[in-house]
Amino acid sequence: MLSRTADHLYWMARLMERAENMARMLDTSHRVSLMPQSGDAAPDSAWRSLLANLGLDEAYAARYGKITSESLLDFMIFSQDNPSSIANCLRGARENAHAVRGTLTSEVWEATNATWLAMREQNPATLLERGPGEFFEWVKYRSHLSRGAALGTMMADEGLRFMRLGTFLERADNTARILDTKFRTLPADTELAAPAPDYYPWSALLHSVSAFETYRKAYRDLISPQRVADLLILRPDMPRSLSRCMKEVYANLQALANRRSVETERRAGELEAELRFARIENLVEGGLPRWLDRFLDRIADLGGRIADDFLVPVSR
Amino acid sequence: MSKAPAFFDEMHECDRVRTHYQDYAAWLRAMPPERLAAKRAEADALFHRFGITFAVYGEGEGTERLIPFDIIPRIIPATEWKQLADGLRQRVRALNAFIGDIYHGQAILKAGVIPEEQVLCNVQYRPEMQGVDVPGGIYAHIAGVDVVRAGAGEFYVLEDNLRVPSGVSYMLEDRRMMMRLFPELFARNKVAPVEHYPDLLLDTLRGVAPLGVADPTVVVLTPGAFNSAYFEHAFLAQQMGVELVEGQDLFVEDEQVFMRTTQGPQRVDVIYRRIDDDFLDPLAFRPDSMLGVPGLLSAYRAGRVTLSNAIGTGVADDKSIYPFVPDMVRFYLGEEPILNNVPTWQCRRPDDLAHVLAHLPELVVKEVHGAGGYGMLVGPAATKSEIEKFRQLLLAFPERYIAQPTLALSTCPTFVESGVAPRHIDLRPFVLSGREVRFVPGGLTRVALKAGSLVVNSSQGGGTKDTWVLED
Repeated sequence: MLSRTADHLYWMARLMERAENMARMLDTSHRVSLMPQSGDAAPDSAWRSLLANLGLDEAYAARYGKITSESLLDFMIFSQDNPSSIANCLRGARENAHAVRGTLTSEVWEATNATWLAMREQNPATLLERGPGEFFEWVKYRSHLSRGAALGTMMADEGLRFMRLGTFLERADNTARILDTKFRTLPADTELAAPAPDYYPWSALLHSVSAFETYRKAYRDLISPQRVADLLILRPDMPRSLSRCMKEVYANLQALANRRSVETERRAGELEAELRFARIENLVEGGLPRWLDRFLDRIADLGGRIADDFLVPVSR
Repeated sequence: MSKAPAFFDEMHECDRVRTHYQDYAAWLRAMPPERLAAKRAEADALFHRFGITFAVYGEGEGTERLIPFDIIPRIIPATEWKQLADGLRQRVRALNAFIGDIYHGQAILKAGVIPEEQVLCNVQYRPEMQGVDVPGGIYAHIAGVDVVRAGAGEFYVLEDNLRVPSGVSYMLEDRRMMMRLFPELFARNKVAPVEHYPDLLLDTLRGVAPLGVADPTVVVLTPGAFNSAYFEHAFLAQQMGVELVEGQDLFVEDEQVFMRTTQGPQRVDVIYRRIDDDFLDPLAFRPDSMLGVPGLLSAYRAGRVTLSNAIGTGVADDKSIYPFVPDMVRFYLGEEPILNNVPTWQCRRPDDLAHVLAHLPELVVKEVHGAGGYGMLVGPAATKSEIEKFRQLLLAFPERYIAQPTLALSTCPTFVESGVAPRHIDLRPFVLSGREVRFVPGGLTRVALKAGSLVVNSSQGGGTKDTWVLED
């Protein structure tokens, strides 16, 4: 397969996944920002940590200054200047799909194209008026539709594997960022293994990755930060956990292997094995934010190596 | 229905239906009009759904249009096709010999058959090609020769398109559509098949691979998704089962062309390029070209890759060279031309210019390097001010124009708003030259949908018809 074709398929899937996770993160932060704030936390702290976590705080400050829900949602949903805004992700997914339209089934193309066409019809005023929750829900469902159409209609060949690789690498990155946003802002003396005193932010986090019911089913107990970390990092049966994402990344890389990709495959396998055999107590002991930072670096490294080995090298 | 008697009607002779159309005409008469209307709507819907469109330049970015498809076929009897096919074969052979000659010994120039400066100073002449040998001595592997009929058995060549002729995908899609809509017609008429064109094309391309390549890799090189003919590029690549590449997918190393694949570099031997010469290699031609491949020309000149068509074929289909094609047939093949050339006045010659200026309202004036029906004057259909504009252009830049009499293009019955009416048509057969000269019977019939119009180009509102060559 042409490297450019693989590159378009990979980025189409990555950007659609990013749009979905962006909607998930915004949904959580939006819900939290509406909750009565505990203690002395600033009312905009949820937004502030989200921006910092995505590395967008400076870009935002330069453009808007003060944090308000309106300008933040405008920046994260509609802004052309924010490369990760939902509009930019959906347009990027559509443009990548358009470039390889002949490689896609008509279902996948039509789902992705229709999503972008409907996104163009959205406008900030009505979206805020109706409450953004409905919009975030819509983005998630459109992403489900694109992914489902791909799994349900595409040949299980190299092209689909590059799409899956893009989906899970992006999801691993995004889930890690969601966790990082939360754990980084915890007070230093937080007892992680004990039930969380502030129930609502934690349940919002679980809801944001569609894991609330799963948590109940898996642990049949009150929500503790450590178990949330266990579920979203190490549980192999949790579709958005880091362990599950890396399992998929590694399996697809193994199937796609070429002469240049030996080291990339080794690094992915190493990370996958670490997650498979890790214990949550050990990760927490060493400090979760630091571990998550390191994880994000390793994901970025894999992304760069995949581009060099198979796709259109980033540094070109 | 009043028929202008001056035009040859493909279907009728006076009030009689011509023999080769009789079966179709009987079928058409028996068809209830509402069923035909439903079939036409179905065709439109299917073309839309399959995304068979072309982009229109100058109408805002991403404008895509359907080329109107007419359900009444253009039918050519076997005897006429044979004459046409012989003529096409002869003409393309002579043109290929001409291109080889002007980049090597230049015998035709030395013999004084064509004025030297008209070839060597032509902007389409590529000095880079001098002395370069190409496989089999073939330059124009794919030629789209535009032919019109003026009377019974009277075919004229309007243009020899030897650069990157397009339209063959419409020929194939039109046939597929007709068979889908009216399968019963194909059961009753012995229509020669055209569906194997992609096989012939692939075989032709593989046949002109560089010497010594046992199992050549062929690719289609496209300028990208925003090109007006992108649909056709993707279609042909898919039908041939080869990769559709853009310039950025290819690179040259040690005078060998490779494509970047997920399994590493893969050697490329034959490039069916749908990019003009100027954009092929930024190192050799336009340095601002983002479409080409740096170093491609050096690999090509070293004989390590075949470009299809070759570089520098444009000089042979230039309208200033066109008047000499019958002489080429005589010079290279020692034969009399089977197909007619349209009498042409070369405005660079003072006598010709004087004649043209005196007869503008009767003539068709064309830009020497123009294509696609842009920048031409059809005298009988033009307004006074248009004629005046061209008069000034001719006086200022006579060497840029040629003029021809307005041909009485034949007509074919066509569905239009007012019902079935005669409309002018032409024919573009696609001639493939490799180890031998081959084609599928027929070609693309284009039809001018406006009453009286002689311009059939899709960019100017032309449509297409399925073309049937009846087997004996």
